[in-house]
Amino acid sequence: MSENTEITKAAVDAVVSDALKLIQGATDLASLKAVRSQAVGENSGITKLSSLMGKLPGDKKAEAGKLITAARAQLNEAFSAAESVFYQAEQNQKLLEESVDVTAAPMTQVLGARHPLSLLQDEIADVFIGMGWEIAEGPEVESEWFNFDALNFDADHPARAMQDTFFVEPVEAHLVLRTHTSPVQVRSLLERELPVYVLCPGRVFRTDELDATHTPVFHQVEGLAVDKGLTMADLKGTLEHFARIMFGPDAKIRLRPSFFPFTEPSAELDVWHPGAKGGARWVEWGGCGMVNPNVLLAAGIDPEVYSGFAFGMGIERTLMFRNDVKDMHDMVEADVRFSKQFGVVL
Amino acid sequence: MRVPLSWLGEFVELPKNSNAESVMAELVKVGLEEEGSHGYGLTGPIVVGQVLEFVEEEQSNGKTIRWCQVRVAPSGKKAGDGGEDVRGIVCGARNFEVNDKVVVTLPGAVLPGDFKIAARSTYGHTSDGMIASAKELGLSDDHEGILRLATVGIDPEVGTDALLLLGLNDEAAEVNVTPDRGYCFSIRGIAREFAHATGAKFTDPIDSVKPAHGEGFKVEIKDDAPIRGRVGSTKFVIRSASNVNAAAPTPSWMVSRLKLSGMRSISIVVDITNYVMLEMGQPLHAYDSAKLNGSITVRRAKSAESLKTLDGQDRKLNSEDLVIADASGAIGLAGVMGGASTEVSQSTTSVLIEAANFDGVSIARSARRHKLPSEASKRFERGVDPKVAEYAAARAIALLVELAGAKADSLGSFVDNSPSATTVFLPTNFAAELTGVDYTAEEITSTLNEIGCVVASVDSGFEVIVPSWRPDITHKTDLVEEVARITGYDRIPSRLPVAPPGRGLTRRQKMRRAVMNQLSATGHVEVLTYPFLKSEQNSYFAEVNSARVVLANAMQEDVNEMRLTMLPGLMDAAKRNVSRTLTDLSIYEVGLVFNPATSSKPVALPNGTTLPSAKDLELLHQSVPQQPLYLGALFVGNRISEQVGRKASRSGYADAIQAARVTAHSVGLELDLVQATPKGFHPGRTAALVIRGTEIAVGYAGELHPELALAHDLPRQVGVVEINLELLFANAPELIQAGAVDTYPAATQDLSLVIDLNVPAGAVLALLAEAAGELLEEIVLVDDYRGTNLEEGKKSLTFALRFRANDRTLTQVEASVARDNAVSAANAKFGATIRA
Repeated sequence: MSENTEITKAAVDAVVSDALKLIQGATDLASLKAVRSQAVGENSGITKLSSLMGKLPGDKKAEAGKLITAARAQLNEAFSAAESVFYQAEQNQKLLEESVDVTAAPMTQVLGARHPLSLLQDEIADVFIGMGWEIAEGPEVESEWFNFDALNFDADHPARAMQDTFFVEPVEAHLVLRTHTSPVQVRSLLERELPVYVLCPGRVFRTDELDATHTPVFHQVEGLAVDKGLTMADLKGTLEHFARIMFGPDAKIRLRPSFFPFTEPSAELDVWHPGAKGGARWVEWGGCGMVNPNVLLAAGIDPEVYSGFAFGMGIERTLMFRNDVKDMHDMVEADVRFSKQFGVVL
Repeated sequence: MRVPLSWLGEFVELPKNSNAESVMAELVKVGLEEEGSHGYGLTGPIVVGQVLEFVEEEQSNGKTIRWCQVRVAPSGKKAGDGGEDVRGIVCGARNFEVNDKVVVTLPGAVLPGDFKIAARSTYGHTSDGMIASAKELGLSDDHEGILRLATVGIDPEVGTDALLLLGLNDEAAEVNVTPDRGYCFSIRGIAREFAHATGAKFTDPIDSVKPAHGEGFKVEIKDDAPIRGRVGSTKFVIRSASNVNAAAPTPSWMVSRLKLSGMRSISIVVDITNYVMLEMGQPLHAYDSAKLNGSITVRRAKSAESLKTLDGQDRKLNSEDLVIADASGAIGLAGVMGGASTEVSQSTTSVLIEAANFDGVSIARSARRHKLPSEASKRFERGVDPKVAEYAAARAIALLVELAGAKADSLGSFVDNSPSATTVFLPTNFAAELTGVDYTAEEITSTLNEIGCVVASVDSGFEVIVPSWRPDITHKTDLVEEVARITGYDRIPSRLPVAPPGRGLTRRQKMRRAVMNQLSATGHVEVLTYPFLKSEQNSYFAEVNSARVVLANAMQEDVNEMRLTMLPGLMDAAKRNVSRTLTDLSIYEVGLVFNPATSSKPVALPNGTTLPSAKDLELLHQSVPQQPLYLGALFVGNRISEQVGRKASRSGYADAIQAARVTAHSVGLELDLVQATPKGFHPGRTAALVIRGTEIAVGYAGELHPELALAHDLPRQVGVVEINLELLFANAPELIQAGAVDTYPAATQDLSLVIDLNVPAGAVLALLAEAAGELLEEIVLVDDYRGTNLEEGKKSLTFALRFRANDRTLTQVEASVARDNAVSAANAKFGATIRA
């Protein structure tokens, strides 16, 4: 390469050509970077040429300036273009190298789950919260008075014999493991201002051996409404709404005459379960009725002024036919596989 | 209650082609829930045959069979299966003679268990049918040879359909009788209900009986100690019969009905008393008059009195037991079971029939006390129609005359102190107010009439006299139930009541949910365990002699305590999972634990029909043990298992402590950790959990004592945490106040301190955090180094600190000053020095 002394088009073309060759000779970002100074930087021909600018006579400066600027632009563009190509190539290579088999992604945290029986209680609670009801709770070891006497169970009622009920020592203390969630009704009536609309979910106990459909420890949810002017129609409407939310818009309910000490009239409750496995059918769901006046009296409420309805159903049973659980053992054995099927929704 | 349809049909019109299913479908409408059907499961042709001749043939297996010629149809006529009138049949039994009439199952017949009868080759003959035993027909458990019809007292035509003849084509519907409907433990009651359900015509069985009162037999009711003020017996009817042939066979129709009703045929006298009880609902007892010693007294048992009951048991009587006594002492446990000394036998010739009404409470207590629930006690407990006694006695006498050749005697007695009928006032609109159905006055009257009430319309409602068989009806709501159930619950409309505006979940309920959802979201699986523990299980974590809530009647005798702690249940749950090869566990449970009441003193229960006094209510509340809500969690195996690009992470104390942090954080709290050594935990790997800014310890987190873990077939390292959620929730902020989020740049500093080994890192961190002042935004312990380059007995703790000001960009110099203040404090308190 000859040492230029003048800024002529030929001289500019020559340094441009030389620089382009250098750029084109690069194979990657590193080699491009290595020729940067020689091609477009301090040591480049174009820089050297432009250093002659100062020596030029004034009338030549404008033209020479144009030539230099155009050449610089051409070279910078070429350099950038090359740089961009190499950058992309390198990025592509890097991405390729970073690629993994996403189908082998490890679990960075184990998955947890709620127990479906407790989830179902929450879900039912939410239905009633949505209607303005409140959720009431009570003790599991309960005074016989709340569990039986206040609920119109006579002192000689068969349920108070040892075969159904767990008693706590000494028996003279009259403590039992509550046999139903109904004592919470009484507590609610004693503690709350009227009117009362409460739902009482919870664990209850009966001396049944564990088998496919029984367990000595199980769960119930019980509803109680005491207000002026409540009738069985209100009971029916409430149960219908509840059934539709639990089992879909085609669900309906049916009442059959029955007997419970704490309700009169009393009824068994069947639900038409449109999604039942093996086809829609009636399923026994629980019991219900109008609160027996004696229960209101025990809570100091005048049955001539107030009336109420109550209903109750087993959570295990509901889960069994709603979610097709076939064996009670699955619900009580604490096998993590059972809870994990459900996660945190039912 | 099991109801043979042929019997039911005697008192109410059954639709044509009724079966057990269709009858139950009707009864359920009026509140008698279906339990199932019972039949003999026999399909014909099954006919009466006559043995014409037989040859005994000894077989190589040592058995002797009879090769019989049996007439199964009148001469020249086709048999029930369309075949010949005389058949060759092989029979293994030898309890019959030539000319005996027997039951023959012909080819084509099917016996229970899908046992199909066909002509088959056996013992060198073709046996063309089978001669049946009573057991094969389902009539009894007697398998001592074949059934000879002479033994049941009949001599029917050859070829007669034996199913019809013996009542074996009948079936029974079984329904569940609720405790308020004692009268439905009778055909009479069920027939009445069937009429209510269908509108069919009901004929009361007592209408066809003419009761006669016997005289001259002395009965005295002498109850010195009525239970709850109720005299033990209000009615006592005695009738008598002589010339009884107690060995007479019970007719097969009666055997069949008893059998379908779930009762065994015993002897003609006993069968008649049972039959009448089933028909009318009145329990009866038959005494052998010859074995009686003088007159009868109904009284409470004397002290040390005993009685041998019909089941052969010698029973020590309680002074509350009501007994029937003669001059010899107690001869029966009233309403429960008769005594052996006056039992009727095959040689009995004169019989006294007792039809009495006993108080339900007294009978229930005796039946329970002696563990003797009987058909009689079941009925008395629920109430027997006091009017029916004399009808039942008369019916029994009539049957003795008809079936056992007896002669009705005039000897007897009639004591009747039955209470007068109950009258209940039903206000005009009350039924509508309770059900939402606008019944007409006519509907109410006719419905109540239908169930047997006498109804008088008065000014503002109805005066209703309740029928004698409905002691359950005492209140106007009971009448409304009758109106509603008879007219049908499907009449009741549907209306959704509007509750007053609700307040949503309580804060406690929200916190409980937050804890559980948060734990599940962070990889913990909720389980539920029974709260019953062995005493030793509670003692893993509590002092051996600490007070417990103990069950009086636990299902397993040694699993009789309520849990004081959540952990043993979780240990058992873990053991079960591990045994199923589920070896990596992070499980938790939220539930109540049971702390005994300070005084488990005897409590007198107030009356249940009025509001107790404030003082009584307070006593009741105090009697109930404290039952705080607890959380327990347990970790076994790997918290995270070995996977692509990752090593397994073994679970232990850190996971337990993390679960505690998650729990506290769920309710807006932070925890400080204090090294602790609670019972049952690993003494070197356990922290007490103290709510930050307080001295309140809410639980422990760490590892199970390795010996406990190993004793439960668990690995040595088991992380456990237990938190008193009640305490945690009580200290959670009611409302979380937001702090400003400062956006000026932060300055970070690392700090390594050399310090004595025994100084807890948590204490150093807490001190640094305090001493660094307000500029400190966060401090994290990033390393605990022990080893070379350190003086003996020392460790090096490295902390990462982040400082930030809320009004300016912080300089490193300012951050360093704050850091140095922290170091000075650590030096002053713990002798800490900056690591060179």
